[in-house]
Amino acid sequence: MQFDGYLAEIRFGAGLSPLLPPPASAADMLERLQETDVIAQRFPVSRFEDVAAGVQEYRQLRRARKEQQDAAGAEAAQQAFKSYRRSQNRLRFEWHGQRLLRMVHSRDGFRERLALFWADHFTAQGKTGAWRHLAAPYAESVIRPHVVGRFEDMLIAAATSPLMLQYLDQSRSSGPGSRAAARRKRLNGLNENLAREVLELHTLGVDGPYSQADVRQLAELFTGLSISKEASFVFRPGMTEPGSEAVLGGTYGGGKPKLEQVLEVLRDLARHPATARHLARKLAVHFVSDTPETALVDHMAARYLESDGALLAVYEALLEHPQAWAPELKNVKPPFDFVASACRALAVPAARIETFKPGQKNRLLLAPLTPMGQRWEFSSGPDGWPEADTAWITPQALAARLRWAMAAPRRLLQELPDPRDFAQNALGGYANERVRFAARAAETQAEGIGLILSSPAFQRR
Amino acid sequence: MQMTRRSLLARSAALGCSLAASPLLTPVTFAAAPWDTRLVVVILRGGMDALDVVQPYGDPDYAGLRQSLAGGPAAGAADLDGFYALHPALAPLLPLWRAGQLGFVQAVSTPYRDRRSHFDGQDLLEAGTAGPGEAEGGWLNRLLQQLPGVEARTAFAIGQERMLLMEGGAPVSQWAPGAGLAMSPQAERLAGLLMEEDPLFRAALNEALELTRQDLSLDLGQEDGSSDEGEDMMMSMMTAPKGKAHQEVAAYAAQQLRGETRIAAFSINGWDTHQRQANGLKNALGRLSEAILTLQSGLGPQAWGKTAVVAVSEFGRTVRENGTGGTDHGTGGAMLLAGGAIRGGRVLGRWPGLAETDLYDRRDLMPTADVRGQLAWLLHGLTGAGRSGLQANVFPGLDMGADPGLLL
Repeated sequence: MQFDGYLAEIRFGAGLSPLLPPPASAADMLERLQETDVIAQRFPVSRFEDVAAGVQEYRQLRRARKEQQDAAGAEAAQQAFKSYRRSQNRLRFEWHGQRLLRMVHSRDGFRERLALFWADHFTAQGKTGAWRHLAAPYAESVIRPHVVGRFEDMLIAAATSPLMLQYLDQSRSSGPGSRAAARRKRLNGLNENLAREVLELHTLGVDGPYSQADVRQLAELFTGLSISKEASFVFRPGMTEPGSEAVLGGTYGGGKPKLEQVLEVLRDLARHPATARHLARKLAVHFVSDTPETALVDHMAARYLESDGALLAVYEALLEHPQAWAPELKNVKPPFDFVASACRALAVPAARIETFKPGQKNRLLLAPLTPMGQRWEFSSGPDGWPEADTAWITPQALAARLRWAMAAPRRLLQELPDPRDFAQNALGGYANERVRFAARAAETQAEGIGLILSSPAFQRR
Repeated sequence: MQMTRRSLLARSAALGCSLAASPLLTPVTFAAAPWDTRLVVVILRGGMDALDVVQPYGDPDYAGLRQSLAGGPAAGAADLDGFYALHPALAPLLPLWRAGQLGFVQAVSTPYRDRRSHFDGQDLLEAGTAGPGEAEGGWLNRLLQQLPGVEARTAFAIGQERMLLMEGGAPVSQWAPGAGLAMSPQAERLAGLLMEEDPLFRAALNEALELTRQDLSLDLGQEDGSSDEGEDMMMSMMTAPKGKAHQEVAAYAAQQLRGETRIAAFSINGWDTHQRQANGLKNALGRLSEAILTLQSGLGPQAWGKTAVVAVSEFGRTVRENGTGGTDHGTGGAMLLAGGAIRGGRVLGRWPGLAETDLYDRRDLMPTADVRGQLAWLLHGLTGAGRSGLQANVFPGLDMGADPGLLL
């Protein structure tokens, strides 16, 4: 069980492409990760800080609509709000399309996969209309810059991101003994949501060595992490709980409240052995199999600890382990990855997708993810999308995959490839006899392509 | 290729033991189901305005709170009991009210308070817990885990919405009418061949094809999947269904409930009426009313006589009308009950009053009962589930209190 370029593209990348050669070695994959992120420049997605002001604009327009009531400007205010909402929806379709095109045209598919993995690990989504459009910009400028960096930097970026603070109710959490609570009785008080998820999901893991007391203490330490009116991060000393807090046996805070006290606990959590194990296992589950071998997890966790959470070293540990190259395809691609890898195998030109109107992009590429079980940017909770194959391959969701595979390619390309060639393009050596037979025996080209994309060989990686 | 349920099972029998536990392949038994009543749970997503649906026109403060949304018999609503009147858009349900097959519980809510987010409110309504993350999955699934003889078809989640209340360890079925696979016979045969080598895919495909065949909403005879129309249909079904989707869903639910299914759940959306509520609520109530009547006709008199339909929403809305002819997110709401198994013709629930000091947070209808208590008594009466399990597992930590007498 050793490196195989085709397997590298299928398992660790965005799938095979008839246009782009697979990487030559694991070292080649790691090298590409360290080069400039050219594909992000070619298909840009707005940075969070550049579009976060939309939150304020949304609220202003909504307020204007409310204040106009029956006044003369009511209709205009209503229209202004509506058209703003529409423009934000279009941005969502646009950014989804850009992220898809990166998967289709990148020479560095591993980076795309890592960007998706970590954005899911730190799931944050807008809970209200004003924040709804920000999930992609968050993934772009909060998560993506750190995927080849140190885990603690990504953790700090995520835990102080306005979207995360809004999503997990941190921004209004105030210490019971804080100045803000003394001034205003109707403050909501302490909210443990972010503190709990940082321990349970982001760092130590649900089986990690922490107690409810640690959650409570961490929540008290997190008070002050908040959001400005313009939806940027702000530390509000007035909301902080006075005194020091004990988390996992360490003492933090005390004295004058400072953001640095919060960053300190986050760094310690990032370097905890339980975090190393939790992240190693999660990466192995995501990239290799729902039930990875202990040896692989141990190997990655050890490297994580040795390198103080340098993620590149952890990826190197993953790629050098023989378990990573077991030839049998295991994990089911989640719907976004399925659709993206299909577009990559079909070599859908960027220019073609760019000609689609926002509504077409939505109907063809984004809306179909919902019946497949992945309503885009609406995962059911902060734990993100499921990893288990059985969560994705339900009768209803499989039917949706088949429907898309049969009908969408004809709209994505002006001319479909010959199914017999396509089987080779899409699957290389994984085009087994059943797939080749179906490609020959299908009555139409569209069905032939649809069947190849529907095959377990294509849907697993 | 014609494949019947029986031939499907004959093929499944050869799958080997790894699949024996798959919920998709739970064999069909024609023995009597563990219980015979039917339950339909409808989640009204968006926050239904209880005050405009079951209008407390007898309350002295009501008229002052609602101007463009004025209700009561003077505004065309049917008087129910001298205190409450029914929104005109529910008028098609009045025959059910008179037959004692339609009722309401006013001023109920989940334990969710203050943040008034749809997202969190719906999660809590479906989780059935007092706070977030206190139990795995949803309350309907945890009910199934308590009951003997439950199989995959016992409970059905219908539609494209995620139904958290059905999720969990017990096997359930899920399908959206119109989600079927209209492939040419050749494509279907080849798809079967491709999936044959992968047990997970094979089981899901067989179940999808079986559900497609049962799905009366698709006219399969006319489509061969290879034509342009076939492909257009394949694509069009992938976007959210509009217009008559609620009737399709209700008809599909009724069809399943006439067979082995005992519990069905689906959503009706569109209750978030911040502006021009007169319009929006009329449409949403029209959908709800059509869905209930579709269930009634689809079930037929015999099954309808054993059925309880319960519709609940994540929260109610502000008692005061806002500046845009609508209402904003509130707290206390109303629950709708329908069906031959319920003791209807009544509006239950302790009415808290609408004076400013009677309100929750001086803005919302004060909840006077936990909606989970009402649901727990329904489940107890319909399925025989024990009180201790309902209070410990289905709705952890709930005190069911006294029986509100929702059922006959």
